[in-house]
Amino acid sequence: MLTLEKRPQPSKALSYITPVLAVIVTMIAGGLLFAALGKDPVVAIRTIFWEPLFGEFASYYRPQLLVKGGPLILIALGLSLGFRAGIWNIGAEGQYIIGAICGAGVALAFYPLDAWYIFPLMVIAGALGGWAWAMIPAILKVKFGTNEILVSLMLVYVAEQLLASMALGLMKNPEGYGFPGSRNLQQYPAAFNGELIAGTGMHWGVAAAFIAAIFSYILLNRHILGFQIRLTGEAPRAAKFSGVKPARLVLICMGVAGALAGMAGMFEVAGPSGQITLSFNVGYGFTAIIVAFLGRLHPVGIILAGLLMALTYIGGDVAQSRLQLPAAAIQMVQGMLLFFLLAVDVLTNYRIKMTKREVA
Amino acid sequence: MTGKLLSIRGLTKAYPGVVANSDVSFDIEPGEVHALLGENGAGKSTLVKMIYGLVKPDSGHMVLQGREYTPAEPQAARAAGVAMVFQHFSLFDALNVAENVALGMANPPKTSELAAKITDVSEQYGLPLDPWKIVGDLSAGERQRVEIIRCLLQDPKLLIMDEPTSVLTPQEVEILFATLRKLKAEGTSILYISHKLEEIRALCDEATILRLGKKVGTCVPRDTSAAQMAELMVGSELHRPERAATVPGAVRLALRGLSVTSPGQFGTSLKDISLEVRAGEVLGLAGVAGNGQDELLAALAGEILAKPGMVVLDGAEIGAKGPGARRKMGLLTAPEERLGHAAAPNMSLTENALLTGAEREALMQNGFLKWGKAKSFAEAIIKRFDVRTPGPETAARALSGGNLQKFVIGREVMQRPDVLVVNQPTWGVDASAAAVIRQALLDLAVGGAAIVVISQDLDELMEVADNFAALNEGRLSEIRPAKGLSMEEIGLMMGGAHGLEVAHA
Repeated sequence: MLTLEKRPQPSKALSYITPVLAVIVTMIAGGLLFAALGKDPVVAIRTIFWEPLFGEFASYYRPQLLVKGGPLILIALGLSLGFRAGIWNIGAEGQYIIGAICGAGVALAFYPLDAWYIFPLMVIAGALGGWAWAMIPAILKVKFGTNEILVSLMLVYVAEQLLASMALGLMKNPEGYGFPGSRNLQQYPAAFNGELIAGTGMHWGVAAAFIAAIFSYILLNRHILGFQIRLTGEAPRAAKFSGVKPARLVLICMGVAGALAGMAGMFEVAGPSGQITLSFNVGYGFTAIIVAFLGRLHPVGIILAGLLMALTYIGGDVAQSRLQLPAAAIQMVQGMLLFFLLAVDVLTNYRIKMTKREVA
Repeated sequence: MTGKLLSIRGLTKAYPGVVANSDVSFDIEPGEVHALLGENGAGKSTLVKMIYGLVKPDSGHMVLQGREYTPAEPQAARAAGVAMVFQHFSLFDALNVAENVALGMANPPKTSELAAKITDVSEQYGLPLDPWKIVGDLSAGERQRVEIIRCLLQDPKLLIMDEPTSVLTPQEVEILFATLRKLKAEGTSILYISHKLEEIRALCDEATILRLGKKVGTCVPRDTSAAQMAELMVGSELHRPERAATVPGAVRLALRGLSVTSPGQFGTSLKDISLEVRAGEVLGLAGVAGNGQDELLAALAGEILAKPGMVVLDGAEIGAKGPGARRKMGLLTAPEERLGHAAAPNMSLTENALLTGAEREALMQNGFLKWGKAKSFAEAIIKRFDVRTPGPETAARALSGGNLQKFVIGREVMQRPDVLVVNQPTWGVDASAAAVIRQALLDLAVGGAAIVVISQDLDELMEVADNFAALNEGRLSEIRPAKGLSMEEIGLMMGGAHGLEVAHA
């Protein structure tokens, strides 16, 4: 009989190995899924995980890695702080949308003025928008004890409605022949978040993600606030005994996560996406939850996990067009990644023991 | 092997890194009260868990009433006539007594029948208990009666009791002993686990003494002095904490009518507690578990806030200040529960040193942590309090309870508190380490600190305290000099016997 025995101390080595293990198991299970859909599993897995990096058209796909990975990493870094402290902000998608609306709003308000300060203002507006949207569940939790999971999640749908109303109303392009969607900021140089180095996919949002990773690392490892965040997640009573104020921590963690998600949305709307449209948001805010956990809530891990998730997005697109794999199948593979990670995670805290069934 | 109820031969059980029991053998006669004596960590618990079927021995065998006895699970043990009352109760607070008893039965009768049965047994054995009362409202002593009656309903041949008196007032201990003597007279054998020597001398016929997992001797407790038994148990003569005589100084900590509501549903609210502790004084607070000790510590630590004037430290009103501010001002505390409250289980000892020491030990600067200094602080605690651990990078949960206790107390003591409040400072710590901890508390007092020791161990309080009071249902008794108090008086201060006092009249 197999039994689980708690380890006296979590295994350091396994906490590094389990994400890799989860990726491998996902590839196997994903392969089975593709086989069940009547596709050649080896070709499908190769198309998703290999083609974008080393295939024929890799030079086109590789920059996409940063374009897609940037927002994922930025959002996941913010979420990881809260997740470490046991504060579950599930509504990053909404904060991302609001950040984009606020950023685009600033740009559209100044249009067509050309000034150096427009882009920085947009960054601030995006961050503030995401922050404010995250403050709603945070304050409700602190004041009334509401569940931040539900409130933040429901606010995603409110944000989506707001996005639709903006795309169809207030922010609709007056020169857009009545089509929904705002002006394209890619054609407004003062607001355009273009590539910093041509052909790499590197834009300001990617740079912000790396800067945020460095700050997050310092915060968690060198600063008392990071220590309090980790302590609250590990042992809430001990944190209270130590003098941590839980309400303050909720406000900080939710606020930082919201601001980073809002910035991610702003960089996206000013760059790769270019305009506020009905279909502006593509689920980065939700995928970032997977990225955060896949990356072990650790800044370096999150960068790697963000790039991996970006790869599945790009590879998924390739597989869709080339192998006619349904989009839902790709999303399932992404979901499996989190599912298997949580499953193999048990191994870091427990070891598997074979025991003979005792006879009474 | 005729005549013996239970024979144990060569029981051995090893865990990774530690041998809990090595080749232990002894016999229990029918109708005998047999003591299992040893320090914390001597292997008593593992041994009885093997008898009760919770742990499977690596080798050795047991014979119960002439038949080979290998219980695979507690249910098998109960079927064979072995029952056990644990030190920590497994009762549901929100259910009543009868429902709790029914939950432990394979085929429970109707609640009304069961209630009648409970009343029968409780009267027969002098254990007053109302089957319809909600367990959450019962005192610790009454809860223990629920557990005992649950066992007695199975009509056991052997009753195992693990440290039963640690939650009882002296009067309640008398009631329990009367019950146990009655059971013995009816032919039930009792395996009685304790490290309290006087109790064992009063109650037990035979004693088996364990040290570091091995049986080191047997004795007839009635004919052996407590000192002799202690020496067998510890293996060497015990160092008694000593203190230089001090003249109490100015009042350092004062509580003025402290009343707070417990945050927990079945917690105990504090009602109008007033006390003063002077520099150089050790105040001992006794009380049966669950009478407001945790709440008092939380209210002093700043986890539960009160009105400003209710807690006064060196003349400053701090009742509304949080833990960080109080620590800064010199009021340090150590809660009873080590894992999860005093320490974070998955974090290293270095990180746990930071948990309370960051501010006072200057382990951070402008919010940035100085890991090197934190590590040295952890190492200093480990060294001075002889914490057995591979090093400061070890996770707190990997330490044994006693070792973590030494670390947690040491962490506060080494921060040179002006006022130190500790709850159950030596709980689960072996005798020599307990002496080190008590000595450290006394040394702090001599150095001019005011110390409050909350404990359920009366011997400990008598050893360290200058003044003595007891908590009972969230109220504080009058404070009296510890010298010259009799057990009788202490018992009354603790609230006497909870429930009916006349059970054995």
